[in-house]
Amino acid sequence: MGDGTAIDVTLSDDSKKVDGQPAPIEGVTLTVTTDDGTEVGEDVTDAEGKASIPLPGGGTYTVTLDEDTLPEGIELDSKTRTELEVRVLISGSATIAAFPIGVQAADTTGFATKLIDSIVSGIKFGLIIALAALGLSLIFGATGLTNFAHGELITLGGVVTYWFNRDAGLPVILAGLAAVLVSALFGYAQDRVLWRPLRRRGTGLIAMMIVSIGFALFLRSIFQYTFGGSTQTYDQYVAQVRHSWGPIHLNDKEIAIIVISLVVITAVCIAMMKTRMGKAMRAVSDNPALSASSGMRVDSVIRNAWILGTALTGLSGVLLGLNSQVSFQNGGRMLLLVFAAVTLGGLGTIWGALLGSLVIGIIVEVGPTFGVPSSIKEVGALVVLILILLVRPQGILGRRERIG
Amino acid sequence: MAAELTAAQAALAQVATDPGAKKPDPIVVGSGITRTFGGLKAVDVEHIEIQRGVITALIGPNGAGKTTLFNLLTGFDEPNSGQWSFNGNALQSVSAYKVARLGMVRTFQLTKVLAKLTVIENMRLGATGQKGEKFWLAPFKWLWKGQEDEITSRADDLLARFKLDAKREDFAGSLSGGQRKLLEMARALMVDPELIMLDEPMAGVNPALKQSLLGHVQSLRDEGRTVLFVEHDMDMVRHISDWVIVMAQGQIVAEGTPQSVMADQRVIDAYLGAHHDTDLSELDEAALEAEVEAEIKEEQA
Amino acid sequence: MDFLEILRTALQQALGPTAIVYVLAAIGINVHFGYTGLLNFGQSGFMAVGAYGLAVTVVILDGSFWLGVAVSFVAALALAIVLGLPTLRLRADYLAIVTIATSEALRLVFGSVEMKDTFGGSNGLTGYSKVYKDLNPYSDGIDLGFISYRRDDLWNITVGWSLVAICCLVVWALMRSPWGRVLRSIREDEDAVRSLGKNVFAYKMQALILGGMIGGLAGLFFALKQASVVPTDYNTNLTFLAYTALLVGGAARVLGPVVGGVILWFLLSGLGATFGQMTSGPDPILPTWLMDSSQSSLTRFIVTGLALMLLMIFRPQGIFGDRREIAIDGR
Ligand SMILES: Nc1ncnc2c1ncn2[C@@H]1O[C@H](COP(=O)(O)OP(=O)(O)OP(=O)(O)O)[C@@H](O)[C@H]1O
Ligand SMILES: [Mg+2]
Repeated sequence: MGDGTAIDVTLSDDSKKVDGQPAPIEGVTLTVTTDDGTEVGEDVTDAEGKASIPLPGGGTYTVTLDEDTLPEGIELDSKTRTELEVRVLISGSATIAAFPIGVQAADTTGFATKLIDSIVSGIKFGLIIALAALGLSLIFGATGLTNFAHGELITLGGVVTYWFNRDAGLPVILAGLAAVLVSALFGYAQDRVLWRPLRRRGTGLIAMMIVSIGFALFLRSIFQYTFGGSTQTYDQYVAQVRHSWGPIHLNDKEIAIIVISLVVITAVCIAMMKTRMGKAMRAVSDNPALSASSGMRVDSVIRNAWILGTALTGLSGVLLGLNSQVSFQNGGRMLLLVFAAVTLGGLGTIWGALLGSLVIGIIVEVGPTFGVPSSIKEVGALVVLILILLVRPQGILGRRERIG
Repeated sequence: MAAELTAAQAALAQVATDPGAKKPDPIVVGSGITRTFGGLKAVDVEHIEIQRGVITALIGPNGAGKTTLFNLLTGFDEPNSGQWSFNGNALQSVSAYKVARLGMVRTFQLTKVLAKLTVIENMRLGATGQKGEKFWLAPFKWLWKGQEDEITSRADDLLARFKLDAKREDFAGSLSGGQRKLLEMARALMVDPELIMLDEPMAGVNPALKQSLLGHVQSLRDEGRTVLFVEHDMDMVRHISDWVIVMAQGQIVAEGTPQSVMADQRVIDAYLGAHHDTDLSELDEAALEAEVEAEIKEEQA
Repeated sequence: MDFLEILRTALQQALGPTAIVYVLAAIGINVHFGYTGLLNFGQSGFMAVGAYGLAVTVVILDGSFWLGVAVSFVAALALAIVLGLPTLRLRADYLAIVTIATSEALRLVFGSVEMKDTFGGSNGLTGYSKVYKDLNPYSDGIDLGFISYRRDDLWNITVGWSLVAICCLVVWALMRSPWGRVLRSIREDEDAVRSLGKNVFAYKMQALILGGMIGGLAGLFFALKQASVVPTDYNTNLTFLAYTALLVGGAARVLGPVVGGVILWFLLSGLGATFGQMTSGPDPILPTWLMDSSQSSLTRFIVTGLALMLLMIFRPQGIFGDRREIAIDGR
């Protein structure tokens, strides 16, 4: 899949969520025809709801869904047509077509249940954001750099886990650990090869931000090159049933995600408070010039911030992949949320980043319960970001800086 | 200097020398101004008045809150509390550029020259009310050409006065530290301010130039402007200021004429130190050494 | 390998409509970043509202073509104000964060299933460019010997390069004026400018609006030359490519974005064509495990990303520029 020109179709049931994702629909026949009705190919969706029909080249095609092959209990809702016109512009990468499918039966779950569910998954998502936001804050605190390649560090975690898991055959847990290690190494290498030489040359922050967008473009394209344009899952823990604890419904991997994030975040916070390195990091972020003159080794503090920050961000990517799927675009999409979270809390403050992340996570997940279209639920975070900047630009916990 | 005192200077003679003293003709009046950073009260001024038409010096140890007070007065920072006015206009939460337009212009302790602009462009920027700075008029050169020429000739005069005319076409970024101080002062004058606030204008300026700078500052007063400056150089304070305000730990601790302030024991203790009156270079080195040795012995004992 | 063919493709593309889109976008960024120091990382958002402004007005609302053009400009103006109000009083990072976030959010909204009836979903919108096509005065394409353009593209490049010329003229006239001087001063140190009695916020807003509207124009032209607007076209890569174009030519110079856009597009098209040739056919030169034809189209982004970093680090003044007068010191 993804090799050569093809139409990739994903069939999912929007009304029935598995792990927060629309449930895939298996065994449905799809046919692709050209403009003039000639049939090009046909495929049946697999367990992930995916089908791929190879194409001879660019052009406009029609994908037709055979309604008779839909499984029992699923019907197309009024918004979905059985035909979909797809324009394949460039020959090469796979073009994705999606049939969002819903059952017509009325919603049976009540508002309260939905709200509680969405708050719980908001907290879970908020914790995933928090790991990345913590990473961004550490790096920002130590270097003053707003790193626009940060989203790509999230992608790194997921993609590397996928490779270790699917290609090297490691179980997901080991693969995830390995990915966090790789992230930490990448953080070190990144500082060593790129950012430290720039600091030595006295490169300004604005210039570094531009370098970071170049780096983002570079990394994202590398991921797309090596990982491909499609969306994948790890080979374990994909579909799990939810258990209930009173009003709360969670499956095992969701519990794992919450516990892992909580433990790691707590550990990092304690380390920042108690250990020498943590105190040094906070001192540097308070006042780099003073810390340098008081004999602190600013360079090593910054290096550690890069290592720890990238590792945390990588872990965020690992968990995001576990929670949903892995794609080269994962990070790009998370970047908006991570930025919103750290700005909300106050750039560079650790507690602010945590608080901001939880708020953003919940806003994003709760939004659809109040009628926000779910394909754009991230937009709510942006609205919050803009409002907070208007009212309290330094964020909830941030501080203003010196002039003159 | 004492030959012909202006009325404003003369009026100061009547002013009581306690902190926050009332002035006969104040241009700036402020009270209850506080600013805290975290737990630190950087500025805590009960009352301050700046006399119009004279040179007032603001002195005090490092971290006394002088720069912060400048920032507050000129709208670059917001106080936790307090009100102040300039020429009778209340200035609380008036933005910095409006303060400058009212005629209260400041320079910065860490110079802010526009490095990638030439010296003359830096100067031209200072002029106010430029037609060519309006978006809709800017594309049409004939509309602002005349005014620009006028501004340029005024800028050239000032540059000559500050001995920067040779640097006219150089990038401001290539100037030395002292030259930057000069440029910033000259640029502030392009605004034609009524009150000019200089934050350590003499820091890093060589002695010969310092002499002529002192002359410039005095001539500003003679043109009818009011000058408020922060300075650690006691020579300058002594020679040109008409009034001195002393700050320590955010508060105004003393005020008065230079002579009276420098004789004030609290000021000597807090800021000036025992040798403030003597020019160190003239002291007998041997005597100095002896004194130091004595001190060391005392400490060891 | 057919080198002449690669050269021909590269040259054709470098002067063609796509290059013009990037040139226009980069001119806008030059006003923002080059002259004023504003970090707008969301030029693709301005372009998207420009393109969708036209398409939605004509296709969905049944308005006239010229009304659509007007809506494009108004939309870009409104976006600039919305982005500027919360951020222009703050440090440079905030504008960068909000612009990049907004451009991504806009793309999500324009492509969303739920708003398909307004924005056409992931397939986008078509069928708004009839008036533009009918205005085409040419009866035939042009053949310049080495390169040639079809009738449509000839009209596209005529309009496109004219727009570029107009924008350059406006930027030139503005930047030599005292208004431009204020902008350049703000780039250097906005507190200094404030201390001289200039309303820095207002100037930044004017610059953001001007550059944003040029961005909107770039999007409008993109929509016209493409005859369709598709949300995925307006991703952040578009912005980053435009930044690279600007830095190749040199920021804070009137012709920088033009020279940079043409050179960048020449190199990228040449590169694309080279790898395209190397990966196509039954027996490609590069083995498919190393690079297949869909991967070959990614090389341009990989190279652009690297180029952007290296330029910023080693030659922030652009290929031809003079280091002393460049907007930002890379060192
Ligand atoms: N933005 C800020 N954040 C935290 N502390 C600040 C800030 N600005 C000033 N301070 C603190 O306020 C105090 C007063 O600083 P200020 O710069 O006003 O001193 P000053 O009198 O100008 O000293 P100097 O003579 O050295 O210039 C200092 O202790 C300084 O550390
Ligand atoms: Mg100071």
